[in-house]
Amino acid sequence: MKSAVVQLPGLNRDRDMIAALTRISGQAPVTVWQTETEIPDVDLIVIPGGFSYGDYLRCGAIAARMPVMQAIREKAEKGVKVLGVCNGFQILVEAGMLPGALMRNSSLKFVCKQVKLEVVNAETDFTRAYAPGQIIRCPVAHHDGNYFVEAETLKAMNDRNQVVFRYAEGTNPNGSMLDIAGVVNEAGNVLGMMPHPENLIEAAHGGTDGRGIFASALDVIAA
Amino acid sequence: MIKARVTVTLKNGVLDPQGKAIEGALGSLGFEGVHQIRQGKVFDLELDTSDRVKAEEDLKAMCEKLLANTVIENYSIALL
Repeated sequence: MKSAVVQLPGLNRDRDMIAALTRISGQAPVTVWQTETEIPDVDLIVIPGGFSYGDYLRCGAIAARMPVMQAIREKAEKGVKVLGVCNGFQILVEAGMLPGALMRNSSLKFVCKQVKLEVVNAETDFTRAYAPGQIIRCPVAHHDGNYFVEAETLKAMNDRNQVVFRYAEGTNPNGSMLDIAGVVNEAGNVLGMMPHPENLIEAAHGGTDGRGIFASALDVIAA
Repeated sequence: MIKARVTVTLKNGVLDPQGKAIEGALGSLGFEGVHQIRQGKVFDLELDTSDRVKAEEDLKAMCEKLLANTVIENYSIALL
């Protein structure tokens, strides 16, 4: 399966993401710059982490209004899978492609550590490699990962199983509502998550817990 | 030219850890009885128009599209 990685000024996890996608899919992803209005024919578009536009105004706010986002939105509406990690998640909520908002961590501190995640929904295109309720490890590194969504929307999201990952075993690093770490859109093809699965995919990372997300999305679970 | 000020604040019910931290800091400076601090943002703008109705419409659109995140924030517009 073919993938693309979006690049914007200030994003700095694109190299890690390209390395992960290359290793897991066996082919390098194409890169797409923020001003591009057309995205090549791919099965998965990834918006990596970082600090796009210096986190000015709100994290992801400026990036979400760049031309490339309109192109990503059109692809998503056609069913192409979109994964946003960390700042990529913030960009997707700012673009209105995922519900909710990501606010300053309740501790007010930047957190960089490993947390545990519960795979709440193992039936998405991004989590089929996991068992329902499985606990995986995953690194986080962010200042604004405190997920908030209004009660009415949250209820609808729960009814549709849109909460995909929760911080588990008391490892919520940011005060996120109901320990929410990752959510999917209504159609199920756009996933945003604060943790960085691309940084736990090979033995040298200390584990391969994050691999399943890419293996699921790239359809190489058995590989 | 019209000058305007847009104020963006967190909606009621949205926790504001920064406001809480500021409240704590004011308390430690000896300012007693300060409650419910909410941190917000202020934008001062100049618009190349003299049409106040259009200015207000444009500012509203700017708030909806960029200046505020209406999931968590309210905004108010003042033409100066």
